Amino acid sequence: MNKLFTVSQSPHIHSDYTIRKLMLGVIIALLPAFVTSLVFYGVGVLIVTSVSIASCIAFEFIIQKLILKTETKISDGSAIVTGLLLAFNLPSNLPIWIIIIGSLVAIGIGKMTFGGLGNNPFNPALVGRVFLLISFPTAMTVFPKASGFNTPYMIPADKMDALTGATPLSLVKECIKSGNSITELLNINNLNYSDMFFGNIGGSFGEIAAFALIVGFLYLLIRKIITWHIPVSVIAGVFLFAGILWIFSEEGHNIINDSLNINMPVIKFKDANQEIKIFHMADPLFHILTGGIMLGAIYMATDYVTSPMIPKGMIIYGAGIGIITVVIRVFGSYPEGISFAILIMNGFVPLINRYIKPERFGEEVKNG
Amino acid sequence: MLKTFAKGGVHPPENKISAKSKIKDLQLPETISIPISQHLGTPSKPIVERGEQVVVGQLIAKNEGFVSSNIHSSVSGKIAKIDNVIDSSGYKRKSIVISTEGDEWDKNIDRTDKLITDFSCSSEEIINKVIEAGIVGLGGATFPSHVKLSIPRGKKAEYLIINGVECEPYLTADHALMLEKGEELMVGIQLLKTALKVDKALIGIENNKPDAIKHLSELAQNFKGINVYALKVKYPQGGEKQLIKALLNREVPSGGLPVDVGVVAFNVGTTLAVYEAVQKNKPLFERIVTVTGKSIKHPSNFRVRIGTPVSDLLSAAGGLPENAGKVINGGPMMGKAISDLSVPITKGSSGILILPESESGRRKVRSCIRCAKCVSICPMGLEPYLLMSLSRKNLFDRLESNRILDCIECGSCGYICPSNTELLEYLRSGKATVSQLIRTSKK
Repeated sequence: MNKLFTVSQSPHIHSDYTIRKLMLGVIIALLPAFVTSLVFYGVGVLIVTSVSIASCIAFEFIIQKLILKTETKISDGSAIVTGLLLAFNLPSNLPIWIIIIGSLVAIGIGKMTFGGLGNNPFNPALVGRVFLLISFPTAMTVFPKASGFNTPYMIPADKMDALTGATPLSLVKECIKSGNSITELLNINNLNYSDMFFGNIGGSFGEIAAFALIVGFLYLLIRKIITWHIPVSVIAGVFLFAGILWIFSEEGHNIINDSLNINMPVIKFKDANQEIKIFHMADPLFHILTGGIMLGAIYMATDYVTSPMIPKGMIIYGAGIGIITVVIRVFGSYPEGISFAILIMNGFVPLINRYIKPERFGEEVKNG
Repeated sequence: MLKTFAKGGVHPPENKISAKSKIKDLQLPETISIPISQHLGTPSKPIVERGEQVVVGQLIAKNEGFVSSNIHSSVSGKIAKIDNVIDSSGYKRKSIVISTEGDEWDKNIDRTDKLITDFSCSSEEIINKVIEAGIVGLGGATFPSHVKLSIPRGKKAEYLIINGVECEPYLTADHALMLEKGEELMVGIQLLKTALKVDKALIGIENNKPDAIKHLSELAQNFKGINVYALKVKYPQGGEKQLIKALLNREVPSGGLPVDVGVVAFNVGTTLAVYEAVQKNKPLFERIVTVTGKSIKHPSNFRVRIGTPVSDLLSAAGGLPENAGKVINGGPMMGKAISDLSVPITKGSSGILILPESESGRRKVRSCIRCAKCVSICPMGLEPYLLMSLSRKNLFDRLESNRILDCIECGSCGYICPSNTELLEYLRSGKATVSQLIRTSKK
């Protein structure tokens, strides 16, 4: 009998792209930010990250093996990425049991309910994060002060005030609500752009260091794991929309008045007590350097499964995230809005994919 | 900046391991089987009978209608049978089987190597010769060449494009042909120009064949209106539409033909066949075939008579390697895997590629993660992931409106997919059903 050959359709060769390699690329890109956080926040970063990754893998394994009784696919690395990204969105002193709940929601509700990797409409890590933010608002918004590698993981109750601090965005939110000047606030708290750029500020530990996240972005671009469209359009959306609003705020008004000698109108509004307040707002550069913009734009919004397929659609999606983020930051009740913005735009992705089509090769022949 | 096409494309490892091999004549096979349908269009009609004696170059099956092609005997001998024989599609198809006796050629064929440069024939004479000689596109599509040469009324060709791209990995048949048959190619191009009544011809060659580019550029200086262009290496540049875009920046309209943008394109192998038909009276009964693969002992380019079984080519190249897992008729991106080594070489076979067992199986299929790689590499600007899911769900109307018929089946999407999904399989089946539905509804 002759030897039997494999018969299949073309193509007969395959590139070396695999899901695992793509996921590994994302993990490598997140390393600079991880190291920076470790330098600023110490051992808590290590604890939160390992608990988050371990419980994400465990939940995915348990659900696939025991509940769905399907083949386990944890080796594709996507649970590690979800765990890592969830951790990056948490304070470095979050209690372990809260992290585990977050992982369960991210993997169980965010991902496996819909059929696992590839089928989830919303970014699983953000589903987990937003669940925790709404359920445990205090624990999720009290951040330890960055005091180097020796920052303790568990902060004793009596030292809470001394060892924790607010994020720049929540300070600004207070100003917006109370009608105080933001410029002054920034001076009092000694907040400057270089600290924001290099990570010496309060916040979820993965989001603080803009430069480390940008280094990872360049790596992702070089390895062709993501394209520039989503991150750039999110950041541009935030910058431009915040810029437009800022021109009409007290702060922007002052600067434009001084440098260009144009008298821009300032928005005034009545608050709940019918008092007239002046509109305060931080400048657009502050907006892109603080909070989760870099983390969200580069790593969360670009999640393959929950973002559009066509470059034009990606830009619409990114710009939408940017605008909604600014709206929540300036007009909403939360100081930060990127997680909500990404989840909202995730919901529009099927619609965007349906109507935004790539540029086809060759015009269609009429009456062909 | 080297020219290339704008949209999509991939760059698989080139693996042109047989590039240094000179074209060798393959030993005559003991029996050959010539399928009567080796071209696009209506199958030809056999005009010989069992037991009849034939000589090399004798017409054995006549074309049926305009989109069809003549078929000639590639050996001399006796017609053993006209029967169904398995071909590279895996199905049994009607073929003429001939047992070889000696090597007696038709007397009208000029068997010398002398270059003949007789440009006195008219357009009609050339086209008639092409019809008689049964020439079809040798790049793989096997579309009857005379159909392309007969420009429809109301349309006009401005450019002749000669396809020397050979973008499929591994294959080197066209490369060897350009190096060894340069002069003949130039004459063939002049003949095609006369036939099409155009005065500009462009030869496109990918930059990984610098010797061919140099050789043909030197030869082209002796001819008016022939220019050689080096192209950036990118698959599928040898696709007709992609090549026209790369060379002239013109896009063939969806559902249209190259002549709609004033272009007619021929493969270098076809051009050589035209030269031989017109100047040497030699019908198309042999072609150059690459036999290659990493475990093949002597990767080579052979001149092969049509109808030769694949096993003969393999023995000439050092035998079938022990670890062979897949035998492909064609290149790794678009070729057909064959199940049986008795399958005959046809006019469209450009190579036989052996892949080892380790590269033969399908990788584990995961669900689509919507990475959009297939969209970004599709040279036709389609959305393969969407077409796959529509094809799975049998949503034929949406398949059509998402332009499934534009798919050139180049396989780039299947090549790139990190989830190893069966993109091209689903696209092919969707495309086939949609075109069948359209044909039925028009009747």
